Amino acid sequence: MLTDFKRIIRTGVFNFFRNGFVSLASVLVLVITLFMVGSLVFFSAAMEAALTQISGKVDVNVYFVTGASEDAILSIKRDLESLPEVASVTYTSREEALETFRARHENDFQTLQALEELDDNPLGAALNIKAKEASQYESIARFLENRNNAASVASAGQIIDKINYYQNKVVIDRLSRIIDSAETLGLAIVIVLAFISLVITFNTIRLAIYTSREEISVMRLVGADKRYVRGPFLVEGFMHGVVAAVIVLVLFYPLTYWLGGAAERFFGSVNLYSYYLAHFGQIFLIIILSGILLGVGSSYFAVRRYITKKYLKT
Amino acid sequence: MIHFDKVSKIYSGNVAALDDVTFSVAPGEFVSIVGHSGAGKSTVLKMLLVEEWPTSGSVFFESTDVHALHARDIPAYRRRIGVVFQDFRLLPHKTAYENIAFAMEVAGRDDAEISSDVPEVLRLVDLKDKMWNFPDELSGGERQRIAIARAIVNQPDVIVADEPTGNLDPKNTKEIIEILQRINELNTTVLLTTHNKGVIDSLGKRVLTMERGKIVRDDKKGRYVL
Repeated sequence: MLTDFKRIIRTGVFNFFRNGFVSLASVLVLVITLFMVGSLVFFSAAMEAALTQISGKVDVNVYFVTGASEDAILSIKRDLESLPEVASVTYTSREEALETFRARHENDFQTLQALEELDDNPLGAALNIKAKEASQYESIARFLENRNNAASVASAGQIIDKINYYQNKVVIDRLSRIIDSAETLGLAIVIVLAFISLVITFNTIRLAIYTSREEISVMRLVGADKRYVRGPFLVEGFMHGVVAAVIVLVLFYPLTYWLGGAAERFFGSVNLYSYYLAHFGQIFLIIILSGILLGVGSSYFAVRRYITKKYLKT
Repeated sequence: MIHFDKVSKIYSGNVAALDDVTFSVAPGEFVSIVGHSGAGKSTVLKMLLVEEWPTSGSVFFESTDVHALHARDIPAYRRRIGVVFQDFRLLPHKTAYENIAFAMEVAGRDDAEISSDVPEVLRLVDLKDKMWNFPDELSGGERQRIAIARAIVNQPDVIVADEPTGNLDPKNTKEIIEILQRINELNTTVLLTTHNKGVIDSLGKRVLTMERGKIVRDDKKGRYVL
């Protein structure tokens, strides 16, 4: 059993090198397929990063009427912070709002002058709210509405001037839909390409084994059992997979380095190169395992035809 | 030892490759099967090797009906028969040594046996100096001698040779037949198909003559009659 195993591996390794050109073809085709698999990983990572980044930019501002007391605003802030959906709440006082306004319009002399004409600070205080997930803004906005209405019933007067969620809503929705469909479309394209190269891989290996069908029949006539005929082909397939995987992993190194900057500008936050380095372990496993699975799997199915055919009664 | 019992093989379209073939071969016999192309000589051998299934009738090896063997037992059965073909059928990516060693490996022999037996059997066919050559570096006669070495290395009970001299010149033909005779003298049953008159006449052994799937003559000390 152990000697059989040793012999099968040795024969497989020998065949790999003796069938040099066939091995080269199989490895190249596998490289393309594994490259597709790797691109799939990078693509979904980039898309995910873009989505998180855009969701991070989404927030809701609550503007208060100028007469609202700081205590009332801070009590709303405390209530908001106690909500499970809320990630953070930042308070901007009236004075700070004025400062920001001045800073923003420091070159706009007319606006500043108009501001000077006024007796009082025209800007109200504001709360900036970030939710943990984009879909939660709706319920936060509703919470504030209810609270505002409750306050007016208690005749304490409505202190909320406006909530800008309803203006942002359309933009937020559209953005997440665009990202969603871009992701789906991109995934679909990569999956189709991966499938095509999978078929090509399978066919190449089948052709490679087709050239060995005479050999397989001789092996069987000499009295080799299935396992012994198939073994070396599986070993060869394994080697094709591993070699192709290593080539792909090496190729990704300069490629992500080169594309990293461009992709960073396009998708936002993610740099493919640093992503590759940071997730090398995972990507390594995905590529190597897909390579082995493809190589060994295609060999298994391709040899099976020539082994079982002759055993069937006609 | 080998018994064909009313074996017929009919391919689609009512073409009978074998038609009610019955004969027996005793252990240690040297039997030649002669006949024109398409007479059914090779089909007889394929039946014995379980490469073909009969339409009716059965083939016995010792007391086993070989076509009733389970698929997983066929390899072990085939190892009891050494096969030599007209087109040699060596494994092209293996050297002469490895081709012979392969037959021993599949029979589960250990490395020590292989490294002692392979040079031995190569000496028997007089090719010890070509041990590390690949088949395409050898002449036809040399390839056929490698094939014979591969067939006998596991000391099978029967050697089946399907027109082994079909591709060879007279000198090589003579050598191959002499090797087969030597093997037969060591008490191995030999089954030979040929259409070489000279070979049959020089052997002076039992001859089965086939015509259109039937055995038409069975001569104890046969001559080539067709």
